[in-house]
Amino acid sequence: MPVGEHWDLSLRHLGLEAMSAASADSGGLRPQALYVANMLAPVLSGQSHLGALLADFAGLRGIEASTIEASGASGGVAVRQAYLALASGAIDVALVLGVEKVTDKTSGQVQAALATATDSEYEAVQGVTPSTQAALLMQRYLYEHGAPKDSMAGFSLTAHQNAVTNPNAMFRKAIRREQYAKAPIVSEPLNTFDVAPLADGAAALVLARAAALPEGHDRPWVEITGSAVATCALAVHDRSDPLHLIAASQSAEAALMQADLSLGDIGLFELHDSFSIFAALSLEAAGFAARGAGWKLAQNGDISLAGRIPIATFGGSKARGDPGAATGIYQLAEATLQLEGRANENQVTDASIAMTQCLGGSGATASTHILRRAE
Amino acid sequence: MAENKILKPIRETGFAGYGAYIPQYRLPAKEVARIWTDGKGGLPINEKAVAGLDEDVITMSIEAARNALARADLDPSSIRAVWVGSESHPYAVKPTSTVVAEAIGATPHTQAADWEFACKAGTEAIQAAIGFVGSGMANYALAIGMDTAQGRPGDALEYTAGAGGAAFIIGPAEDAVCVIQGSYSYATDTPDFWRRANETYPEHGERFTGEPAYFSHIRTAAEFLMEAMETTASDYRFAVFHQPNTKFPVRVAKSLGFEREQIEAGLLVPDIGNTYAGSAMVGLTSILDVAEPGDRILMVSYGSGAGSDAFGLLATDALPERRKAAPETLSYVKRRTEIDYATYARYRGKLVLK
Repeated sequence: MPVGEHWDLSLRHLGLEAMSAASADSGGLRPQALYVANMLAPVLSGQSHLGALLADFAGLRGIEASTIEASGASGGVAVRQAYLALASGAIDVALVLGVEKVTDKTSGQVQAALATATDSEYEAVQGVTPSTQAALLMQRYLYEHGAPKDSMAGFSLTAHQNAVTNPNAMFRKAIRREQYAKAPIVSEPLNTFDVAPLADGAAALVLARAAALPEGHDRPWVEITGSAVATCALAVHDRSDPLHLIAASQSAEAALMQADLSLGDIGLFELHDSFSIFAALSLEAAGFAARGAGWKLAQNGDISLAGRIPIATFGGSKARGDPGAATGIYQLAEATLQLEGRANENQVTDASIAMTQCLGGSGATASTHILRRAE
Repeated sequence: MAENKILKPIRETGFAGYGAYIPQYRLPAKEVARIWTDGKGGLPINEKAVAGLDEDVITMSIEAARNALARADLDPSSIRAVWVGSESHPYAVKPTSTVVAEAIGATPHTQAADWEFACKAGTEAIQAAIGFVGSGMANYALAIGMDTAQGRPGDALEYTAGAGGAAFIIGPAEDAVCVIQGSYSYATDTPDFWRRANETYPEHGERFTGEPAYFSHIRTAAEFLMEAMETTASDYRFAVFHQPNTKFPVRVAKSLGFEREQIEAGLLVPDIGNTYAGSAMVGLTSILDVAEPGDRILMVSYGSGAGSDAFGLLATDALPERRKAAPETLSYVKRRTEIDYATYARYRGKLVLK
């Protein structure tokens, strides 16, 4: 469902809409387990225990269900858990839901809730929030690599351009480079267009063992050929090189190795752009660009839909909207649409292999998946 | 459905007189930004009107009521209700309205009461006055919307929370300067902005105050009234909406199909700020200062919590002559004494001395 300010929908109703849509799209496959990706409900909605709540609300009372929390990487980690359960043979069909409800609270309360994903005793207590953390990283990046002040503009421009034709996007409006240059500062040097708008969202996926698909199931489908999660130090100050997202790098490498592929095989990359600096750092961590050169891919068209390595093909978190812990599920749903050839005007031509990656807490957790169109 | 819901009294009513009041002090929005944001960030208005040390909702209501009385050319003792809508009544318990009624000579054979509904308390008083006069219980009733609005220092609302308002004398349509052709009220339980008992400053739900609150209520009320009266935006020469900042009324007007020139005359917020219960009403006075006989006018208020009152109005032949009896609203807007933040802090009691 569209990411946005869903004032009239509660956490459970957001979740139900996405689960119903995914179930219908799967042809009504009944899941044996539900994995819920969420990070803010305990603080912002006073609600934990989402597994039982949402399984029951979706008419699945009785099935195995639980919440997976890894900050912004929750969605990818939840899919990883579902993948493991399916691969082990314990279950045949899993439902993975990413859901976040943030607009019931004011921005100060939301920022405080987000700050709990940092190393709270050392970072949040000093006033660090994800925004200020991203600002520090961007400042360091510009300094270390001598990149120009507007070097991140291309990420925002590309995301907004791609969102124009995505009916599920929050901001379906292209922006110009001058608008980026004039945007108000959020936290020096981050401006408004470097920051993805955190809003309500829900997305769901039905995963199944190929062997468990009912006979005559003729929907096109997509195969997970690589699935990995890696972590590094939670506190940014505990990382030897804060500009190297080591967990992102390791999870990408592991997923590629499992899929027996190399970077050159990847047709599109749904990366984590909650802040534009993370788009640059993710491209570098995965190896699509050399250290300090990630931002240049946003300058020369390499990341556009027709480029060498398209990213944010439906607008990314920047323009589709940032659904918090549900980000990874949106990315996988969007990559799936690309591989199935259902991306309409956002279609990447001849896309057959996609990589998705979501990050939690400035890259302390990273989850990477490789998807391939099933033949 | 629309016909059943439109409010129309047995006896047609109108405005016998109207009057505005805006205090002379102005605090530029950039002065608030200078103190709180190092001068950075966008500004919602140019400047706001600030009440002086010896002004409050009572004194300002009396000023506006006297202007309305002058235009109505009326014996004040014929006024059978004095109703003041505000969220800045000087007393929590003890009416503003009795002091106003006494000061203008409407006592003692009169109703007097204070109204509260955030920024639409004044138009709620107009609705009640229409019923009071329209039923024949009285010939004249005075409805006032007036505020010296509160904004927490440094909050987004401090840029706009202004002072001012307007008074309208509701009477029979026959001798009105403007006939009330129909009205409509729309309310829901929408908590977008509030100030709890004994609190100094209001709180608000950030962007929730936009689409689900202000826009949805004004749009619905306006669309309903226009449909019921079989009119569209082009039938009105003027329109005025509640004005919490410059952007909101301009956007809601556009979404309802109004052109910029239809709202220009009533759009005072850039230069006086959001006068809360007085906002749409003081804008209407500025329209009545320039309207010609036969002009139709749409007014839609908005009060947080939340609701909107919509009014379809028609200027009469009596308007051009009678409006000369009191100062034009724009003369109050232009009468300005600029103050700095420190003076503002002193005038508005933001320095706690004990």
